[in-house]
Amino acid sequence: MTTTPLVVLENVNKHFGDLHVLRDIDLSVTAGEVVVVIGPSGSGKSTLCRTINRLETIDTGRILLDGQPLPAEGRGLAKLRSDVGMVFQSFNLFAHKTVLQNVTLGPMKVLGQPKAKATERGMELLDRVRIGNQAHKYPAQLSGGQQQRVAIARALAMNPKVLLFDEPTSALDPEMVQEVLDVMTDLAKEGMTMVVVTHEMGFARRAANRVVFMADGQIVEENTPDEFFTKPQSERARDFLSKILTH
Amino acid sequence: MEAFLSNIDKVVDGFSWTVRLTLFSALFSFILGIVLTAMRVSPIPLLRALSTGYVEGIRNTPLTLVLLFCGLGLNSALGLSLADSVAWDVFWWAVIGLSAYTACFVSESLRAGINTIPLGQVEAARSLGLTFTQNLSLIVIPQALRTVVGPLGSVLIALIKNTTVASVAGLGVQEASRQMKLMFDQGIAPVLPTFVGFAIGFLILTLPTGYFFGWLSKRVAVVR
Repeated sequence: MTTTPLVVLENVNKHFGDLHVLRDIDLSVTAGEVVVVIGPSGSGKSTLCRTINRLETIDTGRILLDGQPLPAEGRGLAKLRSDVGMVFQSFNLFAHKTVLQNVTLGPMKVLGQPKAKATERGMELLDRVRIGNQAHKYPAQLSGGQQQRVAIARALAMNPKVLLFDEPTSALDPEMVQEVLDVMTDLAKEGMTMVVVTHEMGFARRAANRVVFMADGQIVEENTPDEFFTKPQSERARDFLSKILTH
Repeated sequence: MEAFLSNIDKVVDGFSWTVRLTLFSALFSFILGIVLTAMRVSPIPLLRALSTGYVEGIRNTPLTLVLLFCGLGLNSALGLSLADSVAWDVFWWAVIGLSAYTACFVSESLRAGINTIPLGQVEAARSLGLTFTQNLSLIVIPQALRTVVGPLGSVLIALIKNTTVASVAGLGVQEASRQMKLMFDQGIAPVLPTFVGFAIGFLILTLPTGYFFGWLSKRVAVVR
């Protein structure tokens, strides 16, 4: 079976001042794959996720999307970002726009879709994330879980090639985590290519094709969820898992 | 008081110029203020430097000097004319001076508003593929404006009062304070009632402005 990698990171390095946050990262994600990135705080996993749509620049190395290197800036970069959906920890919905407007803004302003078409598709997506009945509310009127589902719909509206999730459930009250994970699990089943930074080990086991374990800016271990959670190869991973699975 | 009221047509004429100065200057300073703010937050260092230099330079210069430069410098000395009639010529020069000056304060208010917008929203807009200009015009400026409606009201009130400088600084716009002075000079009105009359005239303009902007800022506030 030959598969073309959709996202490729080659020998990527990044520093924040003296701090070496990404060390020689090599990673490739094939179309339809769900890669879950886990690791202790400060291991560089969020930074890794953010480099893929260039919200963070890199010092050395290359990142390819669909075989093309990321453009540095300008319209090329904007076009690239429209192909890469991003879901943030803090939702980041546009506070002055309704739920529906949040979802239709990108398709109308970036893809140039007519309003009727964007609205129809937007409602379809909001129904899909089970929030269609709140379409005309403002973000501040919704719970965190609802806001995050809107953020997922907003990203999906651009028909992205890949969706990045940067700790999508970390800012949620515990009872709202599941509704967001359910939506993400559905997406994974439907074949969406996803890179997910998360602390939700249940989701990693259930939905991931591959788990990437990071520590100190390096990818320490990559494996299938079954193998990783049952037989972690590295000391760092064993240590990490023992801490999070025992409490 | 009767002497004052018998000259009411002069008073009304004066305030009509005050209102016209205010409206045009408000419009132009608002537009220029937005442009200056956009330059100030742009990724291009030269634009940022130009905006910062302009705002810091003009904001820290007395309005009297700015208007004198427009009136004595550009209009009289260099002979640049903006209209055929003298009244409108000096009027437009006063509008230019007031707009150039007030735009700095509009820009500083807006910049404060921009600082209240969570960076995450800008990143979210970027990650949708919006360009810098779209990000600014669709996400950043609309929200920044809503948060600074109150301060912008204060800038407008200051502008209404600043129109009186236009006549002092060599630009003979027949606005309210100049009409008042002319009435004194011609000895056709008693001093105290005239002062009070004109002060009330300004209050009629400024007080509702303040209340309106207070109401508006609550009305359009972005709930987070």
